[in-house]
Amino acid sequence: MGSLLSACRINVEKKKVEEERHLRANDREYNLSFMYANNAIKTSKYNVFTFLPLNLFEQFQRLANAYFVFLLILQLIPQISSLSWFTTVVPLLLVLSITLAKDLSDDITRHKNDKHVNNRKVEVLINGDEKWMNVQVGDIVKLENNEFVTADLLLLSSSEPLNLIYIETAELDGTLIKYTISILYISGEVRCEPPNNRLDKFTGTLTVRGETFALDNERILLRGCTLRNTEWCFGLVVFGGPDTKLMQNSGKSIFKRTSIDHLMNFLVMFIFGFLAFLCAILSIGNGIWEYQEGNSFITFLPRADGANASLSAFLTFWSYVIILNTVVPISLYVSVEILRLGNSYFIDWDCKMYHVKSNTPAQARTTTLNEELGQIKYIFSDKTGTLTQNIMTFNRCSINGKSYGKSSKGFTVSMIKKIDFSWNSLADSKFCFHDHKLVEAVKSGSPEVRAFFRLLALCHTVMAEEKTEGELFYQAQSPDEGALVTAARNFGFVFRSRTPETISLVEMGVPTTYELLAVLDFNNVRKRMSVIVRNPEGKLTLYCKGADTIIFERLHPLSSKLMEVTTEHLNEYAGEGLRTLALAYKDLDEDKFEEWKERHHEASTSLEDREAKLDAIYEEIEKDLLLLGASAVEDKLQDGVPQTIEQLAKADIKIWVLTGDKQETAENIGYSCNMLREEMKEIFIVASNTAEEVREELVNARKKMSPESGDEPPIEKSRFLGKKSQVVEDEKVNGEYGLVINGHSLAFALQKDMQLELLRTACMCQAVICCRVTPLQKAQVVELVKKHKKAVTLAIGDGANDVSMIKTAHIGVGISGQEGMQAVLSSDFSFAQFRYLQRLLLVHGRWSYLRMCKFLRYFFYKNFTFTFVHFWYAFFCGFSAQTVYDEWFITLYNLIYAALPVIGLSLFDQDVNDRWSFQYPQLYAPGQLNQYFSKMAFARILLHSCYSSLILFFVPWAAMCDTVRDDGKDIADYQSFALLAQTCLLIVVSVQLGLDTYYWTAVSQFFLWGSLSVYFAVTFTMYSNGMYLIFTSSFPFIGTARNSLNQPNIWLTIFLTTILCILPVVAKRFLFIQLKPTINDKVAPRKVPRRRISTRRSGYAFSHARGYGDLVTSGRFLRIPVKTRSALFPHTDTPVADSTPQTYRTIYEGAQSP
Amino acid sequence: MKNEGKSAQRPDNTAFTQQRLPAWQPILSAGIVIPGFLIIGLAFIGIGIGLFLTSQTIQVQEMDYTGVEKDSPCFRCTIPSNLNCTCEVTFSLSTLFTGPVFFYYGLSNYYQNFRRYGVSKDYNQLTGDTRYFKSRSPEEDCSPYSYDSNNNPIVPCGAIANSIFNDTFELYQIINGTKKQVPLDGRGISWWTDYNIKYRNPSPVNGSLAKAFDGTVKPINWPRPAYELDLTDPNNNGFLNQDFLVWMRRAALPQFRKLYRRITDGDYAAGLPAGNYSLTVHYNYPVLSFDGRKKVVFSNVSWMGGKNNFLGLAYLVVGSLCVVMSVVMLVVYAKFKFSDDDDA
Repeated sequence: MGSLLSACRINVEKKKVEEERHLRANDREYNLSFMYANNAIKTSKYNVFTFLPLNLFEQFQRLANAYFVFLLILQLIPQISSLSWFTTVVPLLLVLSITLAKDLSDDITRHKNDKHVNNRKVEVLINGDEKWMNVQVGDIVKLENNEFVTADLLLLSSSEPLNLIYIETAELDGTLIKYTISILYISGEVRCEPPNNRLDKFTGTLTVRGETFALDNERILLRGCTLRNTEWCFGLVVFGGPDTKLMQNSGKSIFKRTSIDHLMNFLVMFIFGFLAFLCAILSIGNGIWEYQEGNSFITFLPRADGANASLSAFLTFWSYVIILNTVVPISLYVSVEILRLGNSYFIDWDCKMYHVKSNTPAQARTTTLNEELGQIKYIFSDKTGTLTQNIMTFNRCSINGKSYGKSSKGFTVSMIKKIDFSWNSLADSKFCFHDHKLVEAVKSGSPEVRAFFRLLALCHTVMAEEKTEGELFYQAQSPDEGALVTAARNFGFVFRSRTPETISLVEMGVPTTYELLAVLDFNNVRKRMSVIVRNPEGKLTLYCKGADTIIFERLHPLSSKLMEVTTEHLNEYAGEGLRTLALAYKDLDEDKFEEWKERHHEASTSLEDREAKLDAIYEEIEKDLLLLGASAVEDKLQDGVPQTIEQLAKADIKIWVLTGDKQETAENIGYSCNMLREEMKEIFIVASNTAEEVREELVNARKKMSPESGDEPPIEKSRFLGKKSQVVEDEKVNGEYGLVINGHSLAFALQKDMQLELLRTACMCQAVICCRVTPLQKAQVVELVKKHKKAVTLAIGDGANDVSMIKTAHIGVGISGQEGMQAVLSSDFSFAQFRYLQRLLLVHGRWSYLRMCKFLRYFFYKNFTFTFVHFWYAFFCGFSAQTVYDEWFITLYNLIYAALPVIGLSLFDQDVNDRWSFQYPQLYAPGQLNQYFSKMAFARILLHSCYSSLILFFVPWAAMCDTVRDDGKDIADYQSFALLAQTCLLIVVSVQLGLDTYYWTAVSQFFLWGSLSVYFAVTFTMYSNGMYLIFTSSFPFIGTARNSLNQPNIWLTIFLTTILCILPVVAKRFLFIQLKPTINDKVAPRKVPRRRISTRRSGYAFSHARGYGDLVTSGRFLRIPVKTRSALFPHTDTPVADSTPQTYRTIYEGAQSP
Repeated sequence: MKNEGKSAQRPDNTAFTQQRLPAWQPILSAGIVIPGFLIIGLAFIGIGIGLFLTSQTIQVQEMDYTGVEKDSPCFRCTIPSNLNCTCEVTFSLSTLFTGPVFFYYGLSNYYQNFRRYGVSKDYNQLTGDTRYFKSRSPEEDCSPYSYDSNNNPIVPCGAIANSIFNDTFELYQIINGTKKQVPLDGRGISWWTDYNIKYRNPSPVNGSLAKAFDGTVKPINWPRPAYELDLTDPNNNGFLNQDFLVWMRRAALPQFRKLYRRITDGDYAAGLPAGNYSLTVHYNYPVLSFDGRKKVVFSNVSWMGGKNNFLGLAYLVVGSLCVVMSVVMLVVYAKFKFSDDDDA
């Protein structure tokens, strides 16, 4: 144990100083000298001996549990103890043991997993079979097909012809390809980065016999993957066990908290203050009482020696802290966790968010944010792969100033028929293109056209797989590349295979092999990629493709004319929403290239700043390019995207699309997915090159939208929990506007002094599109809104470039699509299709929010009511901290009697069903405005509880005053009174719960009435002879239930209290529905005959799909004005069409009024 | 096979997981709420009238005998030095006081519900478990009436027992100037469960209850030990003394009445006839020091227990309010509904 500990310590120290990792293949002695972690992992937290103490220690660090203990200590002081110890111990034990059990089962699972994983066998080159946990850094291991990757490995060789391997990551269904270094070697030294958690990056060098090779991420095989379609491969262990990237990545998630959490914490603090206030009043009361009455009452009850009124008051303060502690509902936190977990499961279980094609159900990866889904005000969306399918089709191209391909505007005769590619035996049958002219151009041997397709066939990183002759499969890193290579293939430039040094093509039926000299890969900064190849004739050529602006900057002056024509074409393509790339080439000089290559090698093997150095080297050679043309691929919108956006917009959610596309492409997508609409008053486009111009444009746009808006932003300064924040208030706008801002302008606009200007203008618009944004800017935009708007933000994306944005936003949603799992892994919720977002927000989010708020309101109500009765009783018992209820009732009230019903309420309640939620997106508005639970709502609860508790105390008080049983015996005794008060209370809160429930399912009703029955059963049991005879001093209420619950006046009192507590609520609600109906009241399903619909104007039938929603929103009787917008899409294909039909109250009264 | 794998992750399509459990949505529609209020209102008025009338039929004769006023008969007994003081309270009944008549004593401003007072007892001891005669559980509850100054254990311990009400009463009907004693029945005035289960006497030692109390002392305020509480009836002693049981069932509120005796026997089985009565009070219990009051109450009962006008009146008021409310709601509903229609 001790040695293990010290080993750990050394390890920790080691980690601190490790700046670079050195290791030698198969040299265990050398590697062990560094004390690198071996491959054993330990994810479990406890062992048999440490479990109880450690776990309890952790649990008592929580405020809630610590508070329990504090109470318990108070209760153990006899002078203070106003309640038996068990009232605190029982709930505490329950909470502790639930957590304990959960942690225990989790840890057992982890232990099992650890053991299982650590004992897996793998073949190590020097030792033969080894258990995983004994594998050391520097070992060479042999993996076989379908085996899990043992550790983070440096790939050495594989069975496949080109030293490729295929892997599948655990979460990802697609196969990925990795290159390997082609030399199998037994010795060698690796220098690389220290362990870190970056999955997408690796830098290191490998030195074999004095030769140094650069190592990058491509050659690293990460633990957590599985080998597929590869017979075997060898790998060198670089990082083992806890140092692997997988382990480094786990358990370091940022803890997001919802606004309700913050409010709850604030309220709990307030309640603490309130508790102290109540106790202070009561202790002062006690002081006065002791002074006036108690002094004389000592005839019957002498004080303890040395006690006087002030000491008594002091003790009473703490006694009342014990009694009134139920105002700080500690079980609140446990219950909140339970119901959030439940609602997360409902998301996981939702069939309508399950994507059949990709076999992906929706997943709530974070279970603590559900209710915030019902409060979203801003959505930040990526475009590619999120709004679109990220499945690319090659649609248009411009070659040497000539445009090919079908235009969306019209067809020429030559384009009607799909091209027949049968002349090309290697063509992909699924590919279709409609312009015959292009085929003719290829066939006729136009050099530019041929060069164009040759470029497409050469300049990429696609892998080809040819299982049987002529059947080619392409594995592409990005769908764009796949589409372009496939296009080249069909037009006769078939990419057939590649080795690290060569690329084999079939050019118009002639097999040709190019020598691949360098790949200047793509990244987000460069926005281009190039290859340098030597053709069979020995000519060196650089082929480059990339973003048009980038390429155009690097063109040779000779191409300037062609550039103009191509730019026109590009604009046209972008206008159609296509993704464009410019293609260029350059012939290279042999000498110059050799010299460049040397420096390139130098840069690529350097450990520091390798990327920057490489970029600079690349920059040198990618200049003076000759333009070939441009390609345009179409990325089709996902199903249901326009409808979803329309729905979300109706729910008054503002959508900002942040995309890397060109402005024109983005605009067009904006139109096609219904973000930008023709009926918008104006769409502002901000595309300027200086800060001043940008500011001017923003201000102008704002003035246009709202002429009266001032120069100074309407800032509401608030301090919340010590955090100073500047909140920009919403400004009124007439009509709808859109805003498009390009990356360049955005960079200016995001500067400190212009941020607020951008925010004001952008937030006044219905839709905002930012184009050409970098991942960092995405996060900045989200951060800007998050910081200065009192609104909940949601970011949705699918790719690695969305990760920062997803992590920044209040809620991150990942779409599991074509671009891997990185977005999903950092997200809070994930699913396969953008259209599920509307269900997530409008149905699950809304329900979760509603349930959470109802739960909180009810929970506070029930506990306040419960507690306040004690407060009133204090005035009748000499402020002696005498409880009103039986101690057992106090113990079990929150634990049993009132626990399940409220859980039932908060898991099953729904105000309207999912179908109706879609019909009326306006129902989403209360969440955005925080209407269901706020400080105001809390104040109302406080008053309501006050009223209820007054009734609950004074009605029994008056009814029991001087009364007797029907046989003349005592009934106004303390025990009967306690029983009466607690029964009244429980019935009142139960009925109140029923009243608060909109959706009476069998389960929740069972919980409700079951709990009441349990109460009576438990009460009769605890007050029975047997219990008294066994536990005499614990159950002194013997016989009380029998003696008082058979009295009619007791039941009449219970009935009266219930009615007095409930009817005013009913009356108030009814009157509010009539006088000040909320959106909910308006759309609540009613059983009103529908026939009057037909008496409406004749056009109504046709506009059925328009939905009542518009009519509702335009009605004068709406509390929250929501802007009218017409529906463009019928709701026939909403995913809820198969819901059970209901009869609903029709809402048409206000239709014509505005 | 492939297909199985394909939809392997599809969530179960059940009413529960899809949140489509069959349910009923209660709606506060006018058709339910307004008639509901009316019906509840009328029902309440009905119950209220019933209760009120019942309550009116209950006869109550209440007399404060604390002796605060100088001219009240018991004034002289309020002087603390006046031990074994007896005073006489007279009253007359104009009509027959229908039987069975219950005879209560009442105390006010008396905090039997004071927490420290309330816990000052030992249930284990009171079940007759002699182990707890010498020790206590919990130890401190009975303090300071746990041990006397010589450290002898007090049984029954605690403030409640110690402060037992010890005024006694004799009731006479004055017929033509002569006093005819009204027989008072003190049997069965406590709860059945208290008498039979909750409280038990220690098993007599050698047939003597007193021996069972050996080694203990009586509560300080008591004139006699527990086993001699009722000298007239040997079965009414120890912890099973009816008056003791009634007292031990402590009151919920500072003003309370406790059953003293019933008048059920002999000539008075049908009630107290009209006439003059005299109540002899053996005045022992001091309440003036804490501004308390003592009274005696004669009352009969109905199905709803003792006289309490509150319940009847409350029902009447609430019922009327419900009716009024239903009218208000009807008006509001009509007004707003019709105005909506006008718009349309």
